[in-house]
Amino acid sequence: MSKSDRPLSPHLSIYRWPITMTLSILHRATGVAMSLGLIVLAYWLWTVLSGSANYARFNELTSTLVGQLLLIGWSFAFFYHFANGVRHLVWDTGRGFEKQQANASAWLVLLLSTGMTAVYWIWL
Amino acid sequence: MKNGTGHFVAQRVTAIALLLLGPWFAVSINGLDSLEHVMVMAFVAEPLNGVLLALLCATLAYHSYLGVQVVIDDYVHAAGLNKASLFISRIAHLIVALVAVYAILRIGSGT
Repeated sequence: MSKSDRPLSPHLSIYRWPITMTLSILHRATGVAMSLGLIVLAYWLWTVLSGSANYARFNELTSTLVGQLLLIGWSFAFFYHFANGVRHLVWDTGRGFEKQQANASAWLVLLLSTGMTAVYWIWL
Repeated sequence: MKNGTGHFVAQRVTAIALLLLGPWFAVSINGLDSLEHVMVMAFVAEPLNGVLLALLCATLAYHSYLGVQVVIDDYVHAAGLNKASLFISRIAHLIVALVAVYAILRIGSGT
């Protein structure tokens, strides 16, 4: 390989972390989190089928502090993955790739997903 | 993975379906007067709800499988381990989807 003065890909120590990178990682993290949540959703349906005693026990678990935090986390994961998923679908049409557009849509997604999570738990 | 077009399309088709089914579920669950057992049973037993819920679970499982596949392919490089991971993920997603749909069907048939 010949040496060139071309810039190399991210030197993390001198690289200003772009917000779009955070969103990209969050999309994957929320996706994986919801993959695990899917097990809980299926188990929840199973307890609905298997009778009020099992169902009540499930409700007891979800009403603990840890249970509530998990549910809030999964709801955020859903709203986030939803909003950022729409962002991805828009990108699929070839739009919104300019740096400013991508940064703006990134902040919009963060705002919307935290906003939706708050509305869902506080006002609904 | 030699050919990714099918994966790409399936991921998007399921995504768009979930854009509708996801909010439907969030709004419906929130709209119930309570989350008592009888209420939830009655909700799931409603045929339209049952069908939509089963669709939601199946689509979620498929979309989830496609996503996890990408994650596995990104991080698990050893061929054998990659294959094994994909296989386990496939079985796990299948079981989750089947359990969910089976529960919904049983609730819907009133047993």
